[in-house]
This record gives sequence, C-alpha cells and structure tokens, in this order.
Amino acid sequence: MSAPDKTRIRFYQTGSFAVGGRLLDPEQRSVQAEGERTNAITCGHRACQGCGEALGARYALDAAVRAAQGRVIAANATGCLEVFSTPYPETSWQIPWVHSLFGNAPAVATGIAAALKAKGREDVRVIGQGGDGGTVDIGFGCLSGMFERGDDVLYLCYDNEGYMNTGVQRSGATPPAARTATTQAVGAEPGNVFGQGKSAPLIAMAHEIPYVATATVAELRDLEQKVEAAMELHGPRYIHVFVPCPLGWGSASSDTIRLARLAKETGIFPVFEARDGVVSGVSKIRRRLPVEEYLRPQRRFAHLFGDPGRPDVVARIQAGADRNIARFGLLEDEGEGR
Amino acid sequence: MKLGELSPCEFVNVESEFAAMSVAIGASAAGARAYTATASQGLLFMVEAVYNAAGLGLPIVMTVANRAIGAPINIWNDHSDAMSQRDSGWIQLYAETNQEALDLHIQAFRLAEELSTPVMVCMDGFILTHAYEEVEMPAQADVDAFLPAFEPRQVLDPDEPVTIGAMVGPEAFTEVKILQHYKQMLALDRIPEIAADFQRAFGRDSGGLVRPYRTEDAETIVVALGSVLGTIEEAVDELREEGVRIGALALTSFRPFPLDAVRAALEHATNVVVLEKALAVGIGGIVTSNVRLALSGLPIHGSTVIAGLGGRPITQRSLRDLFLRAHAGELESLSFLDADWGLVERELQRMSQMQRSGPHAENILRDVGAVAHKAV
Repeated sequence: MSAPDKTRIRFYQTGSFAVGGRLLDPEQRSVQAEGERTNAITCGHRACQGCGEALGARYALDAAVRAAQGRVIAANATGCLEVFSTPYPETSWQIPWVHSLFGNAPAVATGIAAALKAKGREDVRVIGQGGDGGTVDIGFGCLSGMFERGDDVLYLCYDNEGYMNTGVQRSGATPPAARTATTQAVGAEPGNVFGQGKSAPLIAMAHEIPYVATATVAELRDLEQKVEAAMELHGPRYIHVFVPCPLGWGSASSDTIRLARLAKETGIFPVFEARDGVVSGVSKIRRRLPVEEYLRPQRRFAHLFGDPGRPDVVARIQAGADRNIARFGLLEDEGEGR
Repeated sequence: MKLGELSPCEFVNVESEFAAMSVAIGASAAGARAYTATASQGLLFMVEAVYNAAGLGLPIVMTVANRAIGAPINIWNDHSDAMSQRDSGWIQLYAETNQEALDLHIQAFRLAEELSTPVMVCMDGFILTHAYEEVEMPAQADVDAFLPAFEPRQVLDPDEPVTIGAMVGPEAFTEVKILQHYKQMLALDRIPEIAADFQRAFGRDSGGLVRPYRTEDAETIVVALGSVLGTIEEAVDELREEGVRIGALALTSFRPFPLDAVRAALEHATNVVVLEKALAVGIGGIVTSNVRLALSGLPIHGSTVIAGLGGRPITQRSLRDLFLRAHAGELESLSFLDADWGLVERELQRMSQMQRSGPHAENILRDVGAVAHKAV
C-alpha cells in the first residue's frame, strides 16, 4: 500500500470563529464544544468519508436542539441523509424523526406543526430537512406551500448539487458545466447546461418569509448562529447549506471543508441571510480567488482542464461568480480588505 | 373551526392533494387525529402518500367522493378512483346513502385507531355528495362515548424519541407487509363488531362487511357497491313482485375483502352478476375478480356488467332488462350497460380508414353532436 497523499492545508480563517473556539466565552462556543451536548445524529451512520451533509446536519440540528432545549421533531425527505442514518434496524437519530417520502418533507413538517398546535405543545419545534433534490426539485411544491401558508417550520436544505444517493444525477441545483450521470462531459457544451437551475434561497425570499440564510460547512459557527437566529423566530424559515460531496463531485474526502470554503471565497456560493424577503447580511469574501481554484480539485469539472481544456467555459463560470459578488456585495469595501 | 366551535383543531389549506395527505401523515405521526377528503384526479395525485400512510400504519381517515379518472377528463361519478387504490393498504368502506356515509366515518375513526391503519370512506360523487338528504347527526357526547380519545401506537415525542420511516431492506420488508395484511384480516372481525356497537349506541344498522338484500332463496344475485344499491334494490323488488327469485348483495367493505361472507351470501345462487362502476382495461371487472375468488369451486354462472362510467345514469329500467337476461342465463361474461356500440363502431371504422384518425374522445363527441364543431 502506498503512502497516503499529503495534502498541504492552508488556513484562511485567521480572525474567524473557525479555530480558537476555546478562546471564546462558553456561551459563544459551538454546541459541539460541549462535552455534555445531546447529539441529534450519532456516529455509526453509513455516510461516506468526508460527507458534507452528515457534518452540516449534525451542526445544524444540534444547534436547533440546543435552542429548543431538546424539544425538536424532524421530518426528513428521502435521500442520502435519510438512507445513511436509518439502515434497518438501526437509527442514528436521537430526536423524534420521521421519513415519509422524497417530495413531501415540508408538508409532513407542516402536519407535525399543526398537530403540536392542536395539542397545545408549542414548546416543541419542527424541522423539515432534505437534500437539494428533495428540496429544489421534487419537494418544491410542498416547500412553497409551507412557505406561503406561514407554517411554523425551519426547513434545512443540504445542497450537494445533485442526486448523489441514486448515482449522481443532475438536479435543479447542479452547477453549469458539472459532469453528472445525466449531464455527460461530452459535446460542445460538456456537463450541465448553462442557464439552467434555480436559486432556492432567492425563491424562498420571494415568499417574504421571516428568515432565509445560506451557509457552508466551512464556517460551521456561522451555520450554528444562523440556526440559532432562525430558532428565535416563528413561521417558515429556510437555511440552504452548501455541503460538498466527495462521491458525486470526485473530490478528496479531506477536501470537503476546503471546497466549501473555496465556493464561498470564489463567489460561486454567496453566503448571506435575509429577513422578510430582504438581504440583511452577507459573509464577505476574505481573500478573493479565481474559480479555477475551486473547480480544479473536482473530477466533475476535470473536462475543463484537460488538454486543450476549456478556458472559455471556466471564464463563463468566473463570470457567474463575478455576478454573485456584484449582486450580493461580497467584497470588503475598498481599504477594508484583509 | 375558525369560530372555535371545533376545538382543539387545526385546518390546513394545502397546495395539492399530495400535500394534503402528507400533512395528514405528519399530523397523525405527531399524535393528532388526522382527516382529509379527495376525489378522482386528486386521489391519484396523492397516491404516493396514500401508500405511505398505510405502510407507516397511520390511522388517517379520508373521504373519497368517488369520481371518474381521465383522460378523457370527466368530473362525474364512478368508482375508478377508489378502485385504483384497492391494494394501497387502506381499508375501504363504501356507503350506500348519505346517512351511512356519516355513520361510516364515525366507525372508520374507531376502526383506524384500534388497528393503527388508515381507512377510506368511499361515497359516490354527486349522487351522494351533491344530493340533499336528511341525515341524523349524532350528538358530540354520544360520538365521544363511542369513539375513545386517540391513543396513538407510535408518536413523535421529544420525551420518548422514536424513528419512524426507516429504510427497510429484504431482511424485514416482507414481515412489515404481513403485519399490514394481518391488520386487515383483524378488520374482518372488527368491522361487524364495530357496526354492532354502533347500532347499540345509535340505533342504526350501518356498516358491516356485506349487506344481503332478499338473497335467501334467490337464484340470481346482483353484487354492487355504493349508492347504486338503492336502484338495484328497487329493481329487485319489482322483479320479486313478478315472481323472479332475485336478490342483491351490497359490499360495504371492499378492503379487507370479506371472502367468507361473500361466499356465504352467494353460494346457493345460480347466477351472480357483478355490477361495477369501474373498468379494469385489459380484463374487465375488478370486483368480479374478488367475487370469483370467494366462489372458487362453485358451479355458479358469473357475469360482469360495467355500468355508470363517467356518470352515465344507471336506470331502473335498464337494470330490470339486465337482470331478466341474467336470470335467464343469457348474459355474456362481460357487458357494458347502455353502451352505444354504434359510436364505438364508427370510431373503429375511422381508425381502419386512416392513420391520422385523431383523438377518440373528440371524434366521438362530434358523432354524438355534443360539441358545436361538426366533422365535414
């Protein structure tokens, strides 16, 4: 057996909450820093090594459980998270948890919230969750219905940009040029088509719901704080968490956090929050990087970097990132850059 | 609900039938009594969740106002919708009158909650749902005495967290399905017992598995479900007065299918006619297949009559003629009541004459003269 690859790890997070949590006051620390914490999802599940979704779900749910003093019920869509957490007869869930179907998690969550209200159990909080397929594609009608009715549900979408559980097919959240089983890297426009797909967070904002946020697994304290902010509110709330998928993206398991950070630092994935339909805060890019830094480590984009490669396609992706940067104001103001 | 007269209760206006059943699933899993109603395309739109509710063993009660399934689009009554869900794992009860529909709902909640399995109360769309009929509404206190408070078998509760809806592979899937079947077999006992309890409490004979009508010495027995039994029974009465030994059998419970009760009611007959408001394209009768299983090995002449599709009226006159032919042993194994074969023949002829003969429904409507546009 050959020696494992050595990966040079660069830290960008100087001055952030990502390291040095022990320097913070106890109440400011991550829920994960508590030895006595209650895990929503325990170890022993069957997620792949380096799974961004397992990490994101644990941080998000544990933060929600803490905010609700342990009184949380979750409704889960079909998908990776559901399958890897409940291989019969085992379960990784320490909270009451129900899985019904692929496309109905928001409606099941609505039903739970309605039942709790009818039973006068408004101390118990309801979470709906699913992957990008279950959320932005097949479950989108139920999600929109839950939003517009004002149901008291926090919905968490773990976005790994495709149907990874079923063999890496394209979803409405798959980025342009990405190779999937259904968007082959062949022809004049290899991979997923430019101009397709949708931004679920922006559509959620159009419903003018109390809270919408995006987050990545690179900044887990940011994710936790957004969950905490959402839990302080009632009504429909939506958090869209960017979760790299080593299996589907063809990336190293050890690169999950790095890719999530690069997605944010390149402008590929804007990290922001919005209240009542209006953007109320953005996570600034600390050190702007070209999209190539993000794309190169992923085999789903390998066709862009062969010989001769497709610098034109990379340029189109860069243009998209630049649009995000301009649209959300992701760069620090002049003179304030770090 | 809005005025607080029905309390505690939450009413959720959903965006689709799929969401309606999904909300009911969530509410039931969280320990609330959950109910919804649908019909026709709506039932089909929620099918995935209909099966899911049954698989999860959630005691949801749903009214299905039986209507046709398109295409062609048609809003009127038949049983195509509910029949499509006969194997979904839901108990299916069919009401003959509006009073029985009301009574069956009360019984359905008790049955569903005792067995932790969902129950569908089927009532004919328009014929019952849009008919004015005086019904006796039981007092809340009497219903509460008959139907105990809901004590769920499984509930999402932070004090005792459980996982519901886990991934189950080949090692246990069969056994979970056996339990679903077992519960319906239990229902074969509980349905008549609950109906008897209901009669004691409310003084009305409603529900049960089957209801025979003048079958004792009948040579010919007509089997049917739902409101058409009223017309059938009148036709039976008329023929009985003329000395024809004929009777009828109402199937109140279609799932579970009461094989023994059906056999006991029919075994002495010479002719059994199954009158069906749904067509299993490619074979004919749906109810028939079930009735034939109940009559295995018996020398009975059986026939299927498809009637009332898409709201076509089933008249006493037509039934009388049909029953006389059945009684004389002249009925073919599959027939369509009051079908216009001329229309069918004309369309078949068009199809044989040209490749692009066009859509059936529009062609036939032109022949009927039901649309303004006439073929040149």
